[in-house]
Amino acid sequence: MGLKLNESAYKERVQKGIEDDFMRKAVSSAQGRFRTRKKIQEEALGNWEDWRRLGEEIRKHTVENLDYYLQQLSDQVSKRGGNVFFASTAEEANEYIQNVIQKKKAKKVVKSKSMVTEEISLNRALEQIGAEVVESDLGEWILQLDEEPPSHIVAPALHKDREKIRETFAEKRGYTGTDTPEELAAFARSQLRKDFLSADVGITGCNFAIAESGTITLVTNEGNAEMVTALPDTLITVMGMERIVPTWEEMEVLVSLLTRSAVGQKLTSYITAYTGVRSEDEIDGPNEYHLVIVDNGRSNILGTEFQAALHCIRCAACINACPVYRHVGGHAYNSIYPGPIGAVLSPLLGGYDDFKELPYASSLCGACTEACPVKIPLHELLIKHRQIIVEKEKAAPLTEKIGMKGYAKWASSPAAYQLSTKMARLALSPWTNDDTIENGPGPLKEWTNSRNFPAPSKQSFRTWFKEREKRGGAS
Amino acid sequence: MRVSIFITCLCDIFSPHVGKHTVEILERFGCEVDFPELQTCCGQPAYNSGFFKESKEAMKQMMRAFKDSEYVVGPSGSCVGMLKEYPNLFKGDPEWEEEARKLADKSYELTQFLVDVLKIVDVGSTFKGKVTYHPSCHMTRLLGVNEAPITLLKHIDGVELIELPVKEDCCGFGGTFAVKNAAISEEMVTEKSQHVTETKAEYLVGGDMGCLFNIGGKMQREGKKVEVVHIAEILNTIG
Repeated sequence: MGLKLNESAYKERVQKGIEDDFMRKAVSSAQGRFRTRKKIQEEALGNWEDWRRLGEEIRKHTVENLDYYLQQLSDQVSKRGGNVFFASTAEEANEYIQNVIQKKKAKKVVKSKSMVTEEISLNRALEQIGAEVVESDLGEWILQLDEEPPSHIVAPALHKDREKIRETFAEKRGYTGTDTPEELAAFARSQLRKDFLSADVGITGCNFAIAESGTITLVTNEGNAEMVTALPDTLITVMGMERIVPTWEEMEVLVSLLTRSAVGQKLTSYITAYTGVRSEDEIDGPNEYHLVIVDNGRSNILGTEFQAALHCIRCAACINACPVYRHVGGHAYNSIYPGPIGAVLSPLLGGYDDFKELPYASSLCGACTEACPVKIPLHELLIKHRQIIVEKEKAAPLTEKIGMKGYAKWASSPAAYQLSTKMARLALSPWTNDDTIENGPGPLKEWTNSRNFPAPSKQSFRTWFKEREKRGGAS
Repeated sequence: MRVSIFITCLCDIFSPHVGKHTVEILERFGCEVDFPELQTCCGQPAYNSGFFKESKEAMKQMMRAFKDSEYVVGPSGSCVGMLKEYPNLFKGDPEWEEEARKLADKSYELTQFLVDVLKIVDVGSTFKGKVTYHPSCHMTRLLGVNEAPITLLKHIDGVELIELPVKEDCCGFGGTFAVKNAAISEEMVTEKSQHVTETKAEYLVGGDMGCLFNIGGKMQREGKKVEVVHIAEILNTIG
């Protein structure tokens, strides 16, 4: 699977999303809940804009000095008995982890939620060497049972409701209970408990790695990360190379922004923090520890106009605010990273060939930029992608290229422009009925398929103004 | 006070009445209104599509057109928002950087100009009816104009203002988005139309003709009776 989900065409995926009434209802109601709660938390904090500015400053500073903080993190982890591996590609990361598993002769791996392991297709790599992989985040576990990719970076099974989940549990695990959330969660808990206890290796992602102490922090509501990090003998962290903060102080700020922005909570039920291997005075934790830092295209973003995309703290506030996402759902993006941040990030990590449509899957309404707790100018980055597709990739459709050349001539020539204001009504008259166009020509057709378009006015404003002046103005 | 009208290409060609109302309101409050004829389009269709070179041709024309203006006022949050972006786009360009900054600094959206510059909250007009207001995305999020239109509407005699549910959601216009991603745009405008219907308002008011064409065109197609009105028209209705 990896970054890209499958080979289906963009238009087909969009159509499929739009026609999936069930998914749309689930997504729309989840978005509504997330947005309302986020707003309440923003207001409760009082000075949300100051917090956002602080968050942006922290992320900017950290990413600008990424080499320094990665070195510090690496030194600290080594000092605490951990092994650090820098993987330039997904393959390198997977190979390293495969080796660890094989050396340990491990049979069962239990994971907590991690987007970067989805990005590098870690589960598939582990299954290839015969390891059993169990996802312990409830949403991820449901998707694992259904063999589906996540549709959202925080709530991966957002597109399902409890009845669907009950069906999955019944079909895959012989569940006989009702669809009440408590009963479903209790069933998952009882199933997963066995896996936690029998797993040889635990694998987690990373919300924030703290450079000064070599600590990995994880934000969850289920406590599953506690189990993954405390029980297995061997523990592996997989982190994107930018998931780092200088000190605990910055971690506190970013966690505050993350939980409020992601799910509208002041704090999640659990913030798990672990450092290196189990020390002598600790009663749990791993005896062997590995930190895998994944580049996989990220360092190519450094120093470019897209650097701000690396500031992302994966809260999904942009996804929850996005009207396009609401109507098409996460799978339509065909990337492990959907929504506005996915539309920015996927072409950077996976190239324009696979993700060239995504920068256009936005009305540029700016809801994403407004929602982002670290002030990533998401809609502006989408425009930058479009600029690159036009200027560097030369991949704009021919009709658009011709159209835009014509536009430039028209808009830079007052004479041509004025003529068009006089001719527009006549030019569209074959399609005009009662001052309305219901079935327009050319690009207008896409519009008039679903809505009316007005006919150009009999007299342009400029003509009216000129005549008015001739008459002596207002009087 | 000398004010140059920035009519926007949409209003120039499709909705000249919005321009007429804009002129009359400004004159009512003592502005000396002119219309620089060299103006064309703000460049947004090309800019948003990634055709920066082409968009800059339009932008240069606009800077030439408004070179001597004291204030530039337009009946569109989105198009004025585009003018405000010029300094970013011409940064480091020795010929145009200064012009871009000057134009951005003196440009205002109509309601913003009335409230922030002319310091007017009550335009003294009368408009009877149930009204709901759609705050367009570029007006609010890019230009930062949130309160001005609401303040003005609230002071109009006879207006019963009903809040539009989830008003901050985009209507699906997005310029070329409505054509390039017509299927998604249609879903967005359908939802917006439903929200307008829920308010039971007789009039849908907005400050951007692009959005109003989109929502109005959809509601007309659906056979709904809501009348779509640019805010300039309401502000200029007396008695």
